Amino acid sequence: MVVTSLKLQDLIEEIRGAKTQAQEREVIQKECAHIRASFRDGDPVHRHRQLAKLLYVHMLGYPAHFGQMECLKLIASSRFTDKRVGYLGAMLLLDERHDAHLLITNSIKNDLSQGIQPVQGLALCTLSTIGSAEMCRDLAPEVEKLLLQPSSYVRKKAILTAVHMIRKVPELSSVFLPPCAKLLHERHHGILLGTITLITELCERSPAALRHFQKVVPQLVQILRTLVTTGYSTEHSISGVSDPFLQVQILRLLRILGRNHEESSETMNDLLAQVATNTDTSRNAGNAVLFETVLTIMDIRSAAGLRVLAVNILGRFLLNSDRNIRYVALTSLLRLVQSDHSAVQRHRPTVVECLQETDASLSRRALELSLALVNSSNVRAMIQELQAFLESCPPLRADCASGILLAAERFAPTKRWHIDTILHVLTTAGTHVRDDAVANLTQLIGGAQELHAYSVRRLYNVLAEDISQQPLVQVAAWCIGEYGDLLLAGNCEEIEPLQVDEEEVLALLEKVLQSHMSLPATRGYALTALMKLSTRLCGDNNRIRQVVSIYGSCLDVELQQRAVEYDTLFRKYDHMRAAILEKMPLVERDGPQADEEAKESKEAAQLSEAAPVPTEPQASQLLDLLDLLDGASGDVQHPPPLDPAPGGALVHLLDLPCVPPPPAPIPDLKVFEREGVQLNLSFIRPHENPALLLITVTATNFSEGDVTHFICQAAVPKSLQLQLQAPSGNTVPARGGLPITQLFRILNPNKAPLRLKLRLTYNHFHQSVQEIFEVNNLPVESWQ
Amino acid sequence: MQFMLLFSRQGKLRLQKWYVPLSDKEKKKITRELVQTVLARKPKMCSFLEWRDLKIVYKRYASLYFCCAIEDQDNELITLEIIHRYVELLDKYFGSVCELDIIFNFEKAYFILDEFLLGGEVQETSKKNVLKAIEQADLLQEKTETMYHSKSFIGFKKAY
Repeated sequence: MVVTSLKLQDLIEEIRGAKTQAQEREVIQKECAHIRASFRDGDPVHRHRQLAKLLYVHMLGYPAHFGQMECLKLIASSRFTDKRVGYLGAMLLLDERHDAHLLITNSIKNDLSQGIQPVQGLALCTLSTIGSAEMCRDLAPEVEKLLLQPSSYVRKKAILTAVHMIRKVPELSSVFLPPCAKLLHERHHGILLGTITLITELCERSPAALRHFQKVVPQLVQILRTLVTTGYSTEHSISGVSDPFLQVQILRLLRILGRNHEESSETMNDLLAQVATNTDTSRNAGNAVLFETVLTIMDIRSAAGLRVLAVNILGRFLLNSDRNIRYVALTSLLRLVQSDHSAVQRHRPTVVECLQETDASLSRRALELSLALVNSSNVRAMIQELQAFLESCPPLRADCASGILLAAERFAPTKRWHIDTILHVLTTAGTHVRDDAVANLTQLIGGAQELHAYSVRRLYNVLAEDISQQPLVQVAAWCIGEYGDLLLAGNCEEIEPLQVDEEEVLALLEKVLQSHMSLPATRGYALTALMKLSTRLCGDNNRIRQVVSIYGSCLDVELQQRAVEYDTLFRKYDHMRAAILEKMPLVERDGPQADEEAKESKEAAQLSEAAPVPTEPQASQLLDLLDLLDGASGDVQHPPPLDPAPGGALVHLLDLPCVPPPPAPIPDLKVFEREGVQLNLSFIRPHENPALLLITVTATNFSEGDVTHFICQAAVPKSLQLQLQAPSGNTVPARGGLPITQLFRILNPNKAPLRLKLRLTYNHFHQSVQEIFEVNNLPVESWQ
Repeated sequence: MQFMLLFSRQGKLRLQKWYVPLSDKEKKKITRELVQTVLARKPKMCSFLEWRDLKIVYKRYASLYFCCAIEDQDNELITLEIIHRYVELLDKYFGSVCELDIIFNFEKAYFILDEFLLGGEVQETSKKNVLKAIEQADLLQEKTETMYHSKSFIGFKKAY
């Protein structure tokens, strides 16, 4: 039976005729079966046609690996058609991970030495596309020979194959470096271009080669000068620019040779100036050359004037009607903005205009560049532009907002301007700012006493208009809570007089509490603000008490806890309320430390309820111990407490986002040893709560007699809170028996210096022992 | 250059040239990803995009997208010229080329590319030389085919 094999074009026609994906698959499966059969039967006449069809099918995404061996057979054939398709197939179906590719090494070797140019060309092309390191090592001598072939067709291909070989096997550099000098004298553009590519590759790989080729800089300069000055040739020019491909490649090599090399840079200075000024920039080809020139000028040791010229070229690119050219200009200026700040600064107006680009990849770069150009002298104008951009650029809002906030922080001319700027960002892009913006703004406002009235009024106005922007609502709630009295006083002359009555303020905060848009943290801010207002308003507090008690049964645990605490404050500790709800003290620290403190305070607040209630049976016994310590407390230097109020911890009930400080390990401490009985302390400060110190006391006994009736008691200064947990036992058997452990929880929100007094009583060798001592070498990390 | 892809507006691959060794699976994944990304771009956007650690330069000619992946230190603008030159070469060879020419003669499109670029680098900057090389290879192919067929024809006659 003779199955006539379908021609390539017919198959393509048939596949294209398929109406559905399924139909196409069917046609291809049928044809692939034919192709397989034909490969199996070993039909040499149509083998190239079958492979060509398979390659088409492969491009459509169907499996074609069964054609790999056929490629080898075709390449080994003497028929040129077979070789042409065979090599094409090899380049598409084989790669260096298939061992099969090594099988063509021999055929390539034969073809390279055969002398038929198109065949040599195919072999070189395949070698430089899929040649593995092993192949390159095997075939380097053949390629080296071809570098000196008279035919420029083969020579240019051999040179670029050498480039591939060096990439695969860097040691081969020594083989291909020597012929370069001679090849550089060629006139043929293909050969010259290949040689320059080869030299570039050599120089990038080895400093020795780089030094070697620094000698040829004058020659390269001459080649490029000739190229630039000879003018138009139909063969090599593109829209009036003489061989831009070659020019770009030479400029790139000059860049590598002139980098950090004074003498070479000097040699090329004039030429670069010439290319930079004389290249026709009406078309892309000229701009490509000019762009490469700029990159070279900026990378080598060029004269200051030349650098400015280069930056100005990029500035001119920004005005080009071709957005591709504007793109490369923005990208390059972005790279130069640090090294050549003042030169780039001159193009600021153009850069700012680029913010209006409709293409996000351009406007994103323009934004980055604009932000990099902000400094203390232009900050007002620049931020104004950027804020206009912030309103108009949905996809870049987050970047723009954080950029503005950073720039404002660095260069703010006045605090008031800074507050206004952050406020504006929060109003326009509140949902896009990072969480720390809230903390930063509250801190900023807190620190600017003269602006408290101004800030709280502005924030109140903003909040009255919109309660959906969470960060803004949080800051506003915080401020209203802190400075509610100033809001109601109505004596701020900075902005329009505003008469707010108490009920309105309370209603607004309640609205925030009830709004479905409010995040749990926002509600927390609002509740605390209400609480604070209870001491700042003149009227009675019934409304506030009511709200607080309602939230005592809130589903959100955090909020509920807060409400319960506040409610307790109203009911049980009303005499302390005013002091506790004092204004936040000025926080001068910034950054993570402030966060840390806020965190501590919060934890302190959470534990404060438990504190007054003595839970440990030993507590009463401790009273006399506490006396011991208090007598001595006078000579201890306490840092001035940050909070004026005794229960001041509660004041800090702010959900400032916290970055937990990295927990530093605290070394263990041996505090007591007597007759083989030892007491060791180990310390842990849980990083989620740095105010808390956990001390594990371990009593060990290496003596010959058991320790019985062991009791360890402890005392700390009054500003700290101590809880003793039950010990693991009261007996330590002799000779290293199971030790007793006991946990102390010490809460030290103000980081007061830690002092610890211990009382030990136990029976040992039938004697009762009592020891009272102060631990005086406590590690500083345990409280700082 | 790391690779070049030609694909249609419908996202069909028309030519792929890989100068870096990648598995078939990886090639397919990259192709799918880039075709999607490029086709999703609006006509008024610029021709460059950053992708992984490479730069993608693409340009649309009629219904075909030409898409090249170049490295960080490469010049995007000259890459556009490379694409344009390749289009010119196809145009000269086929005589006002259209997508169908490239579909039905895809192997020729590869041969032309291989005379213009080698191992991802430009090997010939003269259009004339590239076309001459292709012509010569075509000629050689034609000659060997006539020889081959006349030979096999003689062999066939002898057998009878």
